[in-house]
Amino acid sequence: MKKIILALTAFSLISGLTAIAQASPQSDLKEFRSYFKKKFPSIKFDEYRNGMYALPVAADRRAEWEAIMEFPPYELSLDLGKKFWDKNKLATCFKNGGRGIAHKYPRWDKKKNEVRTLIADINACLVKKGKKPIKNLKKGKMAQVEAYVRSMARGKRIKPDIDFSNKKALAVYEKGKQFYWARRGQLNFSCASCHVGNAGKRVGGNILSAGLGHTAGFPVYRSKWGGLGTLHRRYGGCNKQVRAKPLKAQSEAYTALEVYETYMSTGIPLAAPSQRF
Amino acid sequence: MRYTAQIIAGASALAIILGSTFFPTVTFAGGELPSKKACKSPSDAVVKGSCLVTDRKKGNCAACHQFKGLEKTRLQAGNIAPPLVAMKQRFPDKAKLRKQIYDSTSVNKRSAMPPFGRHEILSDKEIDNIVEFLYTL
Repeated sequence: MKKIILALTAFSLISGLTAIAQASPQSDLKEFRSYFKKKFPSIKFDEYRNGMYALPVAADRRAEWEAIMEFPPYELSLDLGKKFWDKNKLATCFKNGGRGIAHKYPRWDKKKNEVRTLIADINACLVKKGKKPIKNLKKGKMAQVEAYVRSMARGKRIKPDIDFSNKKALAVYEKGKQFYWARRGQLNFSCASCHVGNAGKRVGGNILSAGLGHTAGFPVYRSKWGGLGTLHRRYGGCNKQVRAKPLKAQSEAYTALEVYETYMSTGIPLAAPSQRF
Repeated sequence: MRYTAQIIAGASALAIILGSTFFPTVTFAGGELPSKKACKSPSDAVVKGSCLVTDRKKGNCAACHQFKGLEKTRLQAGNIAPPLVAMKQRFPDKAKLRKQIYDSTSVNKRSAMPPFGRHEILSDKEIDNIVEFLYTL
C-alpha cells in the first residue's frame, strides 16, 4: 500500500513538474499567438500593432483613425520629448544613443538583477546626470520623452531583452502572467476576460482590443485623455473600470504585467506613439 | 426564496394598483424602459428593475446584453453576452435566474459576468426587482 502511494506521489510529482515545465514563456507565447490566429484568421500578424483598429469589426472606425494619423495629435508632444531628450543629453545613457533600442524593453539588467522599463532607465539617466527624476510617470514630460525614444525604434519588432533562464526574471514573468489572468475588482474581470476571451466584442459601444500587440503603440494619445499617456496609465484606467484599486505607475505589479504583455507581443512591430479613442 | 418572491409579487401587485391610483402618469408596458423622471419615484418592482438595468453604476446590463426597449434610449448594447429575450420561458424557475445574476460563476466557473450579489454590486432587493423586470422581456 505504502509503495503504491509512494509510486502515485512520485508519478503525480513528475507529471506535475512536466506540466510546469511545459508552461514556459516560449510555449505561452506560441499558444497566445495561435489563439488569436484562430480567432481572427483574416488579420495579418503585423496588423496587431494597431490595437483595436486591427480588428475587422472596427473597419468603419479604421478610416477615421487613419485620417487622424495623417496629422497625428501627438506631434507636438513628440517634439517636446525630443527637446527634453536633447537638452538633458539623455542619449549618452543609452546604447546607440537611444536610436532603435526601445523594442528591446523591458530589459533584464544583469548587474542590478532586475527588470528595467524604458521609463525607469530614463529617470535613472536623469538622476545620473544630477537632475531631478520625472515624478509623473503616467503623462506629461515622461510620456513625451518615452514617446520620442520609442518613435526612434518604430517598425522594429518587439523583443524584450530578458533571459528567462534566469530564475528571478522568470519569477517576474510569472507574476505578470498571474496578474493578466487573475480576476480582480468588484466587477471580477481579468485582463484576459476582455482582451483574450472577448476581444473583438463590444462593451456598450466600445470595441475590446486584442491582447496581442497591446504594448506596441504606447505611449498613446487618447482623445479621452486629451494628451499622451503611458502604458501604466492605461493599466490604472483599466483597473478602475473593473472597480479594482489602481496601482502606481512603475509599481512592481504593473512592471511585471508589462513584461508579460510585451513578451506576448514579441515580433509585433513597434508603432509608438499612436492614437487611440 | 419562493416566499420572498410571493411577497414581492404581492407587493408589486399592490404597488401597481397604488401606482396607477396615485401616479397615473407612470405606466409601464413590458420591455419598455422608463424615463429618468419615472425612475425618481418608481412605482413597482418592474419599474424599479428597469431603472436598475440601465443604470451604469448598478446593473449596466446593456454593456453586455441586448434587450428590448434599448432602441428607444441612447444606450448602445454590447454583444458580449446573449440577448435578454423570452426570459420567462428560458428561466421558468425564478430562483435560477436570480442565481445567475447573484453569482453567475457559481453556475459556470468561466462566466465573465460580474457576480452582482456576491460582490455586492446590487442588493438582494435590487436583484429581485431586476428579475421582475426580466420576466417582462
